[in-house]
Amino acid sequence: MSDNLENKNTAVAPSEEKQQYSLNDDRRVKVLSPGAMVAKRFFRNRVAVVGLAILAFMFIFSFVGGLLTPYEEDQQFYRIDVFNKEYAGAVKNVDFRYAIADGQEMGSPVQAKVVLATQTGDTSFTYRDVTYTVTKEGEDFYSIGLTDGTMIGLAYKDIVASSVQGVKNTFDFTYNALKAYTNEESSFTADGTDYTIDEDGVVSKGGEEVAFISRYVVQPISKDVFLTRSFQEELVAELEKGAKEFTFTDENGETHDYTVEYKADVKNWIIRQGTDTRVYDTYSAPSAKHWLGTDRNGMDMLTRLMYGGRVSLVIGFIVEAIATFLGIIMGGIAGYFGKWVDNLIMRIVDIFYCIPSMPIIIILGAAMDAMSVDPTLRMVYLMLILGFLGWPSMARMIRGQILSLREQEFMTATEAGGISVSRRIFKHLVPNVIPQIIVSVTMGVGGAILTEASLSFLGLGVKFPFASWGNIINDVNNTYVLQHFWFIWIPAGTLLLLTVLAFNLVGDGLRDAFDPKMKR
Amino acid sequence: MRKFIVKRLLLSVVIFFFVMLIIYALMRCLPSSYIENVARAKSQLPGSKSYDEWMAQLTAMYNMDKGIFAGYIAWLGEFFTGNFGDSWKYTVPVIQKFNETVWLSFIMGVITMFFELIIAIPLGIIAATKQYSKTDYTISVLALAFISLPTFFFIALLKLVFCVRLGWFDLFGLIGRTHEQLSSWGKFLDMADHLVLPLVTLVIISIGGLMRYTRTNMLEVLNADYIRTARAKGVSEHNVIYHHAFRNTLIPLVTIVGGSLPGLFSGALFTETMFAIPGIGYASYHAMVEGDIPFSMFYLAFLAILTLLGNLIADILYAVVDPRVRIA
Repeated sequence: MSDNLENKNTAVAPSEEKQQYSLNDDRRVKVLSPGAMVAKRFFRNRVAVVGLAILAFMFIFSFVGGLLTPYEEDQQFYRIDVFNKEYAGAVKNVDFRYAIADGQEMGSPVQAKVVLATQTGDTSFTYRDVTYTVTKEGEDFYSIGLTDGTMIGLAYKDIVASSVQGVKNTFDFTYNALKAYTNEESSFTADGTDYTIDEDGVVSKGGEEVAFISRYVVQPISKDVFLTRSFQEELVAELEKGAKEFTFTDENGETHDYTVEYKADVKNWIIRQGTDTRVYDTYSAPSAKHWLGTDRNGMDMLTRLMYGGRVSLVIGFIVEAIATFLGIIMGGIAGYFGKWVDNLIMRIVDIFYCIPSMPIIIILGAAMDAMSVDPTLRMVYLMLILGFLGWPSMARMIRGQILSLREQEFMTATEAGGISVSRRIFKHLVPNVIPQIIVSVTMGVGGAILTEASLSFLGLGVKFPFASWGNIINDVNNTYVLQHFWFIWIPAGTLLLLTVLAFNLVGDGLRDAFDPKMKR
Repeated sequence: MRKFIVKRLLLSVVIFFFVMLIIYALMRCLPSSYIENVARAKSQLPGSKSYDEWMAQLTAMYNMDKGIFAGYIAWLGEFFTGNFGDSWKYTVPVIQKFNETVWLSFIMGVITMFFELIIAIPLGIIAATKQYSKTDYTISVLALAFISLPTFFFIALLKLVFCVRLGWFDLFGLIGRTHEQLSSWGKFLDMADHLVLPLVTLVIISIGGLMRYTRTNMLEVLNADYIRTARAKGVSEHNVIYHHAFRNTLIPLVTIVGGSLPGLFSGALFTETMFAIPGIGYASYHAMVEGDIPFSMFYLAFLAILTLLGNLIADILYAVVDPRVRIA
């Protein structure tokens, strides 16, 4: 291979050009800068290039994708759902109902006696020294009077319902209407007004419907609903057929679907109306509108993933920047000064190493929950805490490198040249550690993203309304989501895994590229 | 050697002191409503003292009335005399809850480590001996993938495949519904069955690191002069790798494995929590999230001691295993 040439930081130019220059001509040899050498070695590593490509994709996906998507990070979507709400109840009347004439009394003992009389066929009965007469006026329709002929009340099974909202039927009207209905007459007079009645039980006055007689009682569940006569009539017809559902078109031409349920224990029907209700479009499957469906809040999943990627990447970089900054300063100082300074800083590093970071972050996260810290502020705290807990490993690495570097001749030269201490550390020593820093930062960003995701997954990291890959996967704690909605958590988990893996691959590739010894 | 160990021990004690000081200070700064709640409940009992009196008594009991440093010294005194207090969440002595949970975690840790060693070390050696081959790339990328694997995502995937789709295992818990009706052998099998997925998770997420570590160290040894000498004098390749190279690779391996032995007790927070396995990780997670200060303090101190012990063991082993390293 061309490895031996590489080690001289040179490479041979293409062969046809070789012929044109003399052997010792400089142009024959293409000189590559150390940076170009590193880049060349890096790009020869196919695995690392794959990692770099994944990272490029992730950055474009998160930062450019967020601009291209037509939706907002926390835009919620709605869908129209049909909810079956209880609309009306219907009972087929099997008991006697009673109407009491104006100014008369008919207590329940009397009513009970009436029922008895209708069963035995008696035409009169006595209760508390008063004799009542029971006259059969029609089928299941009796009038109760006193012996002097005054009528005190009615007992009937067909219900007279007023068709006009807010109008109550008078006693006389009820009596005459029922009498006409049960005896199948076509007209009657009540309260001095003429009415007509058809065989369906519709009572009209001058062609206008005023009441409706039926064995069924239909009542709306909600007080502000008025059931029209045609609805009641149609419903009763359906109930008698034993239908389970039916469709009704009201006077405005609107069609509603109803389901009918018969409750045998209380002998009544419940009519449910399908109402269109606007609800959050939660957990909708992937479609043309939402390529990855929607999440539990009815937000577009793909958009959430893009914004989540922003948050995850930005947090990863900021955390690592804080850790690196602190690490370089502490490690540089410790390595350069040695002796007690080194001892002191390294003991601090030991202490930080020993702090169980995950439990501490969990406790702090729970405490922030308890104090209900604002989500934006919380993200800042999270970055500071993670960064502050991350610096010791960086400091230890830099110190180790500097300890060996400072014994080299060039450092003696800087000392002889009278360069100031801070310049010596940060301009001459630290730049020599930069390859190791770059490698460690690359892998560190991956690690920070993973830590942030783990915390957000536990619900202790980035909080709603902000998206993060971790808190998107959080939904998988709901077993139903785990089983049925793969599009909620598998894309986010895959992106997270690929990103962390890519950072590690690139870091690994950079390490090999920076260190020609390893890659013989 | 003895001097070295004594010095490291003393240093560990100092580090422990400061670590716990930081943790204690953090804990004291947290808003905790536990004492207020208890005081309020007690003050409402018939014939009880007033809320303020209970408050004063309870804060004194938990050393909360002192300043942070004085409170810390008091806590430290109780910790070292073996008085760990009562858990607020579990309402039993901390040490009792600890004893109930830590052994399960330990058993899981031991099994995990066993599989980790027998899978990761051979694979790492194969990768190193066949450097730049397809096998090497596969193993290296796989190792990195395992390191990069978000535990919670991996667990969710395992559950989807093995619990939901295939229905081989239960989603949660250590024991099944019929556990009480089973014979003692059946009970054991039931628990083992429930531990399969958690153990698979723990092994997978831990082998990546050891695999890379083995490979790197093996490569370093294979590049050493004495390996070249061995090859030059005609030792067979098998002997070169398994007698000359592997024995030298064992030095860093023994050190790192020895150093991770105390970690067997620390529990697996994510895995135990997601599978609802009642180990120390699960117990401490809920204690920490619900602000159970006595239990959390004890667990954190325990973890700190484990870390220090691990470092100490690693340092000592390094000197013991490798005769070339002798500390002055």
